[in-house]
Amino acid sequence: MMVVYALFGVAALVALAPIAVAFGVSQGKDTTTTLIYGACLIVTLGLCTIALLSLFDVSHTISQATLPLGLPWLGAHFRIDALASFFLVVVNLGGAAASLFALGYGRHEESPLRVLPFYPVYLAAMNLVVMADDAFSFLVSWEFMSLTSWALVISNHRVRENLRAGFIYLLMAGFGTLSLLLAFGLLAGAAGNYAFDAIRAAPPVAGVAALVFILAIVGTGSKAGLIPLHAWLPLAHPAAPSHVSALMSGVMTKVAVYGFVRIVFDLLGTPAWWWSLVVLAIGGATAVMGVLYALMQRDLKRVLAYSTIENIGIIFAALGLALAFKTEGLNWAAALALTAGLFHVFNHSLFKSLLFFGAGSVLNATGTRDIEQLGGLIHRMPQTAFVFLAGCVAISALPPLNGFVSEWLTFQAILQSPQLPSWGLKLMVPAVGALLALSAALAAACFVRAFGFTFLGRARTPAASGAQETDSNSLAAMYIVAALCLIAGILPGVFIDALAPVVQSLVGGRMPVQTSVEWLSIVPIAESRSSYNGLLVFVFMISSGAIAAFAIHRLASDKVRRGPAWGCGYPDASTATQYTADSFAQPIRRVFGTVVFRAREIGEMPPPGSTEPARLTVELHDLIWDSLYAPIAAGVAFAAERLNYLQFLTIRSYLSLVFTALVLLLLVLAIWP
Amino acid sequence: MAVIRDIAFQGGQMLLVLLLAPLLTGFVRKVKARLLRRQGPPLLQPYRDLIRLMRKDAVLADNASWLFRVIPYFVFAATWIAASLVPTFGSGLLFSWSADLIALIAVLGSARFFLALAGLDVGTAFGGIGSSREVMIASLAEPAMLMIMFTLALIAGSTQLSTMSAFMNSPEVGLRVSLGLGLIALIIVAIAENARIPVDNPATHLELTMVHEAMVLEYSGRHLAQIELAAMLKLLLYISLIACLFVPWGISPPTADPVHLAIGVVAYVGKLAVAGVMLALFETAIAKMRVFRVPGFLGAALMLALLAALLRFVSRSF
Repeated sequence: MMVVYALFGVAALVALAPIAVAFGVSQGKDTTTTLIYGACLIVTLGLCTIALLSLFDVSHTISQATLPLGLPWLGAHFRIDALASFFLVVVNLGGAAASLFALGYGRHEESPLRVLPFYPVYLAAMNLVVMADDAFSFLVSWEFMSLTSWALVISNHRVRENLRAGFIYLLMAGFGTLSLLLAFGLLAGAAGNYAFDAIRAAPPVAGVAALVFILAIVGTGSKAGLIPLHAWLPLAHPAAPSHVSALMSGVMTKVAVYGFVRIVFDLLGTPAWWWSLVVLAIGGATAVMGVLYALMQRDLKRVLAYSTIENIGIIFAALGLALAFKTEGLNWAAALALTAGLFHVFNHSLFKSLLFFGAGSVLNATGTRDIEQLGGLIHRMPQTAFVFLAGCVAISALPPLNGFVSEWLTFQAILQSPQLPSWGLKLMVPAVGALLALSAALAAACFVRAFGFTFLGRARTPAASGAQETDSNSLAAMYIVAALCLIAGILPGVFIDALAPVVQSLVGGRMPVQTSVEWLSIVPIAESRSSYNGLLVFVFMISSGAIAAFAIHRLASDKVRRGPAWGCGYPDASTATQYTADSFAQPIRRVFGTVVFRAREIGEMPPPGSTEPARLTVELHDLIWDSLYAPIAAGVAFAAERLNYLQFLTIRSYLSLVFTALVLLLLVLAIWP
Repeated sequence: MAVIRDIAFQGGQMLLVLLLAPLLTGFVRKVKARLLRRQGPPLLQPYRDLIRLMRKDAVLADNASWLFRVIPYFVFAATWIAASLVPTFGSGLLFSWSADLIALIAVLGSARFFLALAGLDVGTAFGGIGSSREVMIASLAEPAMLMIMFTLALIAGSTQLSTMSAFMNSPEVGLRVSLGLGLIALIIVAIAENARIPVDNPATHLELTMVHEAMVLEYSGRHLAQIELAAMLKLLLYISLIACLFVPWGISPPTADPVHLAIGVVAYVGKLAVAGVMLALFETAIAKMRVFRVPGFLGAALMLALLAALLRFVSRSF
């Protein structure tokens, strides 16, 4: 029954699109904005409730429905099982938060009518992907999701950069869908059983399965942002309006992760030994590269987009680990790794939405996303600063917030991996562990930089010094998400237990029940081996900080004086004397960037006696773009140039071309067995 | 009864680390001074400095935000908690299961995260340069630390410090290559994390060479006192960590009789003294590195730790 209710919700979302157009024309943009985002908020909350009900349903009934839509006589299959209901929670929680945020943020939109009709359909499409139970519905919903998000990316189409982002996104989305189409074609087999039930009943043979696996990584990885298929993501995610960016980064990448999990863990049968190696290697590399790129960016939203790539890498590394354990039949360890990965899916959807909301509020208040133009916003936007800081702490995997818990679970899973017999994994897993540790440390550096230069210091431009606190709807959305980050951080046992049926259905094992552990600790295996209690760490931190403050203020001094900052004796230092975000990243650029980006610094000093300023130029190369995308683009341009020649032939040449083609085709037919 | 004893044990540990930390710093300074044939400040000077700083008014820069005022309390609280969860004279602490070794490192990581933000808050070049170098050092030291933890956790079969320390005290451990590599890496990381020579110089106030001191330059009064106390606690924490993992002799559980507990305390103070002398000797014998030599130094630690972890993954006998 659940799936029918959910489909009604999806239908309501789709119906909002024409309403948005009709109301937008007749009622003006303010009313329509409130109406559409309000309706989206209500529907997504409803869908979220349905998903939660089916996730926490003790009998774990799988609810299925077949609609007479799509191909005649075959219909469209939909189903909600544990995995789908978990991802429905992620999608709709993110959707509800984004809609609440947009109730305030959407009012500042320049041309809201370019956003409003597509937004509910985009939400509906993401819901449908997760609910689809046959290849046809999955692909149609997937393509709908891509196209509506593309329309949202280019909604501000007057900026040339956005058009380029939209173009590259469209190409990459098409490429990804093509891979998935081929993957499902192979899965359906010669008989054409495209329903997931039929595929599950008859998993493909080893060779076909390997090909499907590669195609699934390429198809879902290009949407999730795995390196080297990530090129579109840092262009497209920041170009969209901020609440849509939050959905794209926080939610749509998770729908791609869903696609990967569904195909590889559910449909594809027994995994081969080398699959996990591939996933682990790509995941680890993606995590480190993503955060290194993020550290080099000046655009706040682009920093967040690259950090999404990093987190996707962490998720895929955990999934790879789960795959490795599953292959070797270590179900309890696979359950630990998969729980870690899925918990990180949930966590990342929360804090990435929060951070994009914060970036959107900053963009609204100052009109710029360049962190070198900001500064000092903590004084003008204290509440936004507070919630953004919470998001930064969470994403940097620092206790007591939620990012740390999933990171900790991943490390615990890595510590179980010496039990794996394969030699490749014995060497790969510690290396991936080191890469994840490196990416966590770099992520903290990246978010010190993102928060520090946006909100701290002194305002670098008049735009930053004139900023105003954002509206109450946006703040409410950010506070709610931040509170969820804290709750997931201090009560992780509840969330781990909620994931148990999902994990059980995929790897045939689960983590021990956590909510019955004393003091609400989490204990992945046994208490003598490892345990973590976010609640106690949080309480300890708060209480010992409070004790220190109380004792010092009582017994020593609580007086404060204000004075100018020390500037080596130069009074009234200009704001330009502050450290810049580029110079902040310079040591890391020098340590890692010389290899990864072939970074070079060129200093030009004026001749002695001259009063001209000295110049420092930094050269960075995006090696993936240069070595992969640029040659393909050049190849296409070259081929187009050659083919262009065919347009200016004489009639004789055309006729002979047609004749040759005919002869060749007949020859092929004759030779064909 | 058992609960009261456990709480007393945990509380005793919290007070002990708080009281011993300034003494350790004073001791290291004294030994360094004697090695340089100076008289040096008295052993109790750090206590006096802290009390003097606490009593003074805090002077804040004009544009310092609320975050700047909250951070010293947070940094102190986080470091204190981390330090009181490491077994010192006794293991089996009441709350040791609330954070295992990975969580402990992460709690210190959050303290550093906020301290780096504090460096950026006032908007001077000093704070920025300090924060920038601090996160660069952390970005290499933290992965090295985690790889060391992986190695040790795989040897002991646990990330729980009490269990690890008990295992290291048992005859099962033996001499292992990976333990040796891990120890060297851990010492390098500890030097870097505590801003000691050759990575940073806790005594200098020359802007271009300092890291930690530049970051906290704008702090004064009680705020500075807490940050200094947190730094002292961190030094004590790392020495305790190395001691409880590599020389775990004399550590007793809370159920032990008073004689064993007394032996434990004496052994702990002895270990601190030995470590303090060794630190002072090392610092006197070596010169500070240029900032961009530090990545090589820490990279060596990272590689050693990774090698140790790989050895452990490849074979149980290493």
